[in-house]
Amino acid sequence: MNSRLVSVMRKEFIQAFRDRRTVIMIVVMPILQLFLLGYASATDVKNIPIAVWDQSQTPQSRALLDAFRSADYFRIAYAVSSQAEIQSLIEQGSARAALIIPPDYDRRLLENNAQVSMILDGSDASVGATALSVAQLIGQSYGAKIVEEQAALQGRPMLSASPLQVRTQVWYNPDLISAYFMIPGVIGQLLFMITTVLTASAVVRERERGTIEQLIVTPIRPWELMVGKITPYVILSFVEVIEALIIGHWWFKVPVIGNLGLIALSSGLLLLSSLGIGLFASTVAHTQQEATVMVQMTMLPSIFLSGLFFPIDAMPRVLQWISYLVPLKYFIITLRSLMLKGAGLGTIQNQVIPLALFGFIIMGAAARRFHKTLD
Amino acid sequence: MSESVISVQNLTRRFGDFVAVDHVSFEVEQGEIVGYLGPNGSGKTTTIRMLLGLLEPSEGKATVLGYDAFRQSEDVRARAGYMSQKFALYDDLTTLENLTFYGGVYGITDKNRIKQTLELVGLTGHESTLTRSLSAGWRQRLALGIALVHQPKLLFLDEPTSGVDPTARRAFWDLIYQLAESGVTILVTTHYMDEAEYCERVGIMRDGKLLAMDTPTNLKQKVIPGDVWEVFAEPLQDGLNALHEIDGVLRVGLAGDHLRTITQRGMKKTALQTGLDSKGVHVANIAAGEPTLEDVFLSLAR
Repeated sequence: MNSRLVSVMRKEFIQAFRDRRTVIMIVVMPILQLFLLGYASATDVKNIPIAVWDQSQTPQSRALLDAFRSADYFRIAYAVSSQAEIQSLIEQGSARAALIIPPDYDRRLLENNAQVSMILDGSDASVGATALSVAQLIGQSYGAKIVEEQAALQGRPMLSASPLQVRTQVWYNPDLISAYFMIPGVIGQLLFMITTVLTASAVVRERERGTIEQLIVTPIRPWELMVGKITPYVILSFVEVIEALIIGHWWFKVPVIGNLGLIALSSGLLLLSSLGIGLFASTVAHTQQEATVMVQMTMLPSIFLSGLFFPIDAMPRVLQWISYLVPLKYFIITLRSLMLKGAGLGTIQNQVIPLALFGFIIMGAAARRFHKTLD
Repeated sequence: MSESVISVQNLTRRFGDFVAVDHVSFEVEQGEIVGYLGPNGSGKTTTIRMLLGLLEPSEGKATVLGYDAFRQSEDVRARAGYMSQKFALYDDLTTLENLTFYGGVYGITDKNRIKQTLELVGLTGHESTLTRSLSAGWRQRLALGIALVHQPKLLFLDEPTSGVDPTARRAFWDLIYQLAESGVTILVTTHYMDEAEYCERVGIMRDGKLLAMDTPTNLKQKVIPGDVWEVFAEPLQDGLNALHEIDGVLRVGLAGDHLRTITQRGMKKTALQTGLDSKGVHVANIAAGEPTLEDVFLSLAR
């Protein structure tokens, strides 16, 4: 085994554990965050993207869709024609809910016993809960309107029962437990934050103390120094993920349906981004403080634009665009799909590809800068 | 022709319009202790950085241990040790951890080698002390140990004694002699004149130029153009101005409580005394001075 590489890794491990703040950050933070955020979340929802399967295709069914459209809560994003399409859209997270209008909707509406069904993605509990109540509300008020119209038109007495019922069905998280929604997000955020913060000081610390110059005059190669510095943090991060998964699964009872290998793979891809960002900051900054400030600037968008607390669908368009540049967003969506929906690689590829792309680009840039620092 | 450990020809480094090192040439033989004396910013560190391949020369050539210093810097670095003025230590590691780390970077995993190095620099018994809590003198020894851990044939010491008390400095130099005796070649920069006296040969740097390089004795004999006097005048500034106007005075420099004065050879003490008296400067004492490197420096000024 390469003794230069091993020496760097061992040294970084010793340093990481000698600093008490780092130890606290690594061990206590996941517990603290999981409990804080696992128990607290209340969010406001708008523009939930839904898929519609209109089997009726009549003026009546289109009138119902208009009612859904006119409420701000839903955005009809997809018109589909099969259960399988609904399944895949919801698994990907592209649609948060689906409305199914049966073929005999218009006929049964006249008979006053029309039913439509609403499928909700419960993995995002706050969205799910809102969508659930809103869908029922729309159904009720729209039903009431029809009754009124009919009464006025035909001079018939008003019916007490609504002619329209919205039957709801919640997938993945039927009880809409917010922890189910929060835990995957917290895992992502922890992973991202801890690794960027720790690596940000990795290189600049050596420069501040003048040890980088001493290292340059040794036979060590830049890649050995870089890999040696990063590896300990990668290992610590995976310990972190496992810790969070254990607490999430056994304390908060969050199901972990998905493939653990895929969870590890996507975590690895997120690490590529976070370590890249940290390393890049470290090679650009002149002091540890500067590096920390730089990293903190990436922290805010990561927390607020990743869908960790606030659904991205409800954000102004500009913020939604910016969110495409937030690697954590892709990871959180992926992890929620994996943990709660048991999604496969096919369904998460829309997230995994940009995540990988982001990771390779930022890591590549960091590696180049790293090389330059050493020359 | 014996093989030089360091061979430098017309080595030059420019930073924009500024010439940090200006056509410097010298040779260093094996086992020599060569000092590089000059004020801060005179180009000492820049020279060392070029010899280690950290900087590309703008002009000229440097061969170190038979390798081209810039093109074959990997070969040079594997065989040379370097101790910087900053003492490149990890404060949050212990003495032993620091040494083990640098050893590993040089491919030395044998614990005995690390132990030997600790012993050599006199740090046995301090293995598990955090570097942060070591005194400057101990830190200096550890930094030297790090430069020595791979048993280099050549050692570059860049201002190795800055911030260290005189006793520790003396002990440090004893170590350096010990190393030179075992065949290690040493190039050391300093701005302490007394320290340069310890070297076998001393190069004098000023504004990027190597003004002279020879043994301290030869430098004193050849460079100092006359006799050296210590003039204790009150106030010193008046004495300084007055001395400049006396015939036969070649150089005058402030040296703490007195004025170092270099006069033409054979000038009498009384001539200085009367010269100062006539200008109304009160003179407490005039004594013949022992020539030092300080005087060499003074002589080479301007």
